[in-house]
Amino acid sequence: MAVIARRDALTVISSRLMRSGVLALLSLALVFVCLLSLRVGSIGITNADALDALFDYSSESYEQTVVRTLRLPRTVIGLGVGAALALAGAAMQAATRNPLADPSILGINNGAAFGVVTAVFFGHLTEPIQFVWFAFAGGFAAAVIVYAIGSVGPGGASPVKLALAGVIVSALLSSWLTALLLLDQQTLDVVRFWLAGSLAGRDISIFYTVLPFLAIGIVGTLLIGHQLNILSLGEDTARSLGMRTGLMRLLVAALVVLLAGASVAVAGPIGFVGLAVPHMVRSLSGPDYRWVLAYSLIVGPLLLLSADIAGRVIARPSEIQVGIVTAVLGAPFLIALARQRNVAQL
Amino acid sequence: MIEAAARREDAGRRPPVRLVRFGGLAFRVNVRTLAMIAVSLLLALVLAAWALTLGSFRLPISDVVGALTGGGSDDARFIVRELRLPRVLAALLVGPMLAMSGAIFQGLVRNPLVSPDIIGINAGAAFAAVLWIVTGRPLEVLPFVAFAGAALAAAAVYLLSWQGNVSGARLVLVGIGINAMLTAGTSYLIIRAEINEASRAVLWMTGSVYASTWGDVRVLALALAILAPLAVALMWPLRVMQVGDLTARSVGLPLERTRLALILIACGLSAVAVAIAGPVGFVALMVPHFARMLAGPIGGGVFVFAGVLGGLLVLGSDMIGQHALPVGLPVGVITAALGAPYFLFLLYRMNAQL
Repeated sequence: MAVIARRDALTVISSRLMRSGVLALLSLALVFVCLLSLRVGSIGITNADALDALFDYSSESYEQTVVRTLRLPRTVIGLGVGAALALAGAAMQAATRNPLADPSILGINNGAAFGVVTAVFFGHLTEPIQFVWFAFAGGFAAAVIVYAIGSVGPGGASPVKLALAGVIVSALLSSWLTALLLLDQQTLDVVRFWLAGSLAGRDISIFYTVLPFLAIGIVGTLLIGHQLNILSLGEDTARSLGMRTGLMRLLVAALVVLLAGASVAVAGPIGFVGLAVPHMVRSLSGPDYRWVLAYSLIVGPLLLLSADIAGRVIARPSEIQVGIVTAVLGAPFLIALARQRNVAQL
Repeated sequence: MIEAAARREDAGRRPPVRLVRFGGLAFRVNVRTLAMIAVSLLLALVLAAWALTLGSFRLPISDVVGALTGGGSDDARFIVRELRLPRVLAALLVGPMLAMSGAIFQGLVRNPLVSPDIIGINAGAAFAAVLWIVTGRPLEVLPFVAFAGAALAAAAVYLLSWQGNVSGARLVLVGIGINAMLTAGTSYLIIRAEINEASRAVLWMTGSVYASTWGDVRVLALALAILAPLAVALMWPLRVMQVGDLTARSVGLPLERTRLALILIACGLSAVAVAIAGPVGFVALMVPHFARMLAGPIGGGVFVFAGVLGGLLVLGSDMIGQHALPVGLPVGVITAALGAPYFLFLLYRMNAQL
């Protein structure tokens, strides 16, 4: 399942200085988008109010209260989730050597959805903050089961076996999930918003709950860029270079579970960021995973927050969930990718 | 099953093929495949007869036979002919259509994980149908709307994959993109909808045959009768294409035309089935694997065998969902639940081969 890509050498920035420069520019763009995310919405907010809300907050101003209690949590969550999803996607693509890999292959999104739907069905929960641990536990359990099934037998957790195991677990979970949704309209009414994936209406305390997992995941993934480079050369080469590939893949899977599990717990299942960002980034950074990860850290939140802002603007005064916007924006990108490159084999 | 696999490998060396001459024509007939088709057809007949006896009003098999042949009480005739028979027939027709569509796509792309579920055709039908449901339009024309959605999605996937030719891998990537986009659109519609309509939309998207009418059965039967023979006729070119584009062209196969024909047939099969029954999951993905495992690589005979197996799976799943559980569930839930153990088994076999 390898896609052999013929890369146009000119699009890859060659010098280290240039790469750092572009990265700095992207970071600047991210700061700009963050500011935009504080300002844009059903009520418009001036730059002054947005900055005051951050640095010189007065609770008497309605605008500043909106920024502080609604827009700021949303922006912070967008930053964390965007970075986590993009890094998880890049790590998965390196470890499985499959350009179509993203965290959902490990069944994390389906597991989280399963946890939430089951909890709502039996426990009659209603608020996203109550979902956090069920989502995290569901995603974690699904990933462990997928990994366990995928690594039985000789050869360990090979990419193809992992993909198959992911299909198995997702099938079972989706069947259970649909049955529950069909049996109880109340459950459907509560979870349909969560299932679309959204940054809105999340209290900042949800984010603090998963912050430790997110932080460990992000730092850990950024540290293993070199190992991902070796792993992406393939099983045989990596082994002959002295890498214990089984152990390394397990580490990657653990980091991905932390990243994607925390993301889905906060924001619900958001697709396409993990899949698309590493591809977008590679055309700028080249194939070196140390650079791919650094770029993903910036471009992930950039994309997610832009999508979130777009979702607020398009259907004003109501909003479109960010998970829907990323899919609608990401799909043309994937199609363009498929048309552009010389996809030899799937 | 492992024994069956081993036997298949033996048979791979010496296929039990007979040459049948018929006037000026000669056919190679694989006797074992033919026997398998016969056995599975018989099984389908038995299962269908059993399904006709089951329900809240149980009928002995003699009454069922009586009702079918025109005798029996009015009640029994009504229950068997108007309520149960259309549902059983719909299941027996939807299954083969999905299975054959899956077999064609898996053959075209040479990837066993491909099915019409993941390349946007079902998602197109679902998007159109959900749009129709949540805007509260008349439900009688829903199948046509779903069919139009599936056809449009298929056309979009094909045209966007076109670059002088259509490579299988590109088709899948583009399909996944279209699928994601349409799925996102569908979930947006469900979020915005009033909850009763959202519920109805989810039910449709699960896939069910419980409200099938004779009209549905007629449409399904017509589509299967037209498309299945065409597909069987194209199985031989498909096998040549699997060797590689270059080889296929060098033996004189009109590559793009054949590929377009196969894609059209596969899309047609799946679109009609989904239009009537909703996107019943996993049948298209699972059944071709199962047929290959029992009877060897997909060719004309095994293709038909896969179709019959598809009918068995959908009818069996519908019976489980309707009768075996404390609450009635649509067939789509059951096929997905059966899908998981099947892929587990596939994984187990993969390990055994290593």
